[in-house]
Amino acid sequence: MSLMKRISLIFRSKANKALDRAEDPRETLDYSYQRQLDLLSKVRRGVADVATSRKRVELQVTQLEQQSTKLQGQAEKALQMDREDLAREALTRKSALTTQINDLRAQHAQLMGEEEKLTLAQQRLQAKVESFRTRKETIKATYTAAEAQTRIGEAMSGIGEEMGDVGMAIQRAEDKTAQMQARAGAIDELIASGALDDASAINAGDDISRELESMSSEADVEAELMRMKGLSAGKEPGAIGGGAGSGDVLAEQPETSTEGEEPR
Amino acid sequence: MIVRILGEGQYDVSDEALDRLNQLDSAVETAVEVGDEEAFGDALAALLDGVRTVGIAHALDSLDESDLILPPADATIDEVRDLLAEADDGLIPG
Repeated sequence: MSLMKRISLIFRSKANKALDRAEDPRETLDYSYQRQLDLLSKVRRGVADVATSRKRVELQVTQLEQQSTKLQGQAEKALQMDREDLAREALTRKSALTTQINDLRAQHAQLMGEEEKLTLAQQRLQAKVESFRTRKETIKATYTAAEAQTRIGEAMSGIGEEMGDVGMAIQRAEDKTAQMQARAGAIDELIASGALDDASAINAGDDISRELESMSSEADVEAELMRMKGLSAGKEPGAIGGGAGSGDVLAEQPETSTEGEEPR
Repeated sequence: MIVRILGEGQYDVSDEALDRLNQLDSAVETAVEVGDEEAFGDALAALLDGVRTVGIAHALDSLDESDLILPPADATIDEVRDLLAEADDGLIPG
């Protein structure tokens, strides 16, 4: 027997086992309808759960992207200051983040897929449950318990198959989401601990930032000093005339700034 | 006849198309037997594509049973083996 046929038979028998039948077949209808409604709310919750996980991953991607942009900025700044070592460090961390971000994007795509699948499963089940409700009322109104038997059998097995299918879809989505949530939890912890700032040296904190800040404040002071000196040099009357004195003033400037740097 | 792809829904497939689908089905079966995950993925994709191509979506609100039930598109060999397992664990959660 072909694989398709074997799967079909086994799936159907499993789905039918799930459909408990009551003494009065018309009671079976009401009971089954209740279970259908339960399953419908379960699949709705499933869609909501997957959406929550998806949003969480979106937020993480945003956070990691911000961190990555920051590291890029730090690398550029470090390079401007001839600190290739710091630039290299920042880029190394950024590259580790890029791996994380790509991983999260893949998870995000998967969650979107699950969300879409469950939403469609919900719509399919909804349509069949609605149809079952109508059929159920007709059967109850039209037939005696004995007559109803075959009609009920037809309606029940059709909906049973759909319920089995939706049940499986929920289970698969739950399994996938659970795996991802464990990883998302780990990433949240990493973000909170600040360790992702720093993929290469755990607990060093944001040392690139600190070093760059101290360097740039020094550089800013120097630049400001140079600017002020430049202004005062410009005010020298000799600068216009090109007199001997102006040359001396300019010549003194590098000395002054060198003195300023010496204590470092 | 009505073919259900699990996780996707039901399709009406004409009987003439069935021969071709049976060939695709044997490829899936062989892959499951030898445990070749890659060949299985390709064969299952071909089989499901075949159903989607020749099939017409069955009315959403019908309560008709399917004649054939196929594994979901992203199923693994292990999941197909689970589907084939006669264990009587229920399909419907809760």
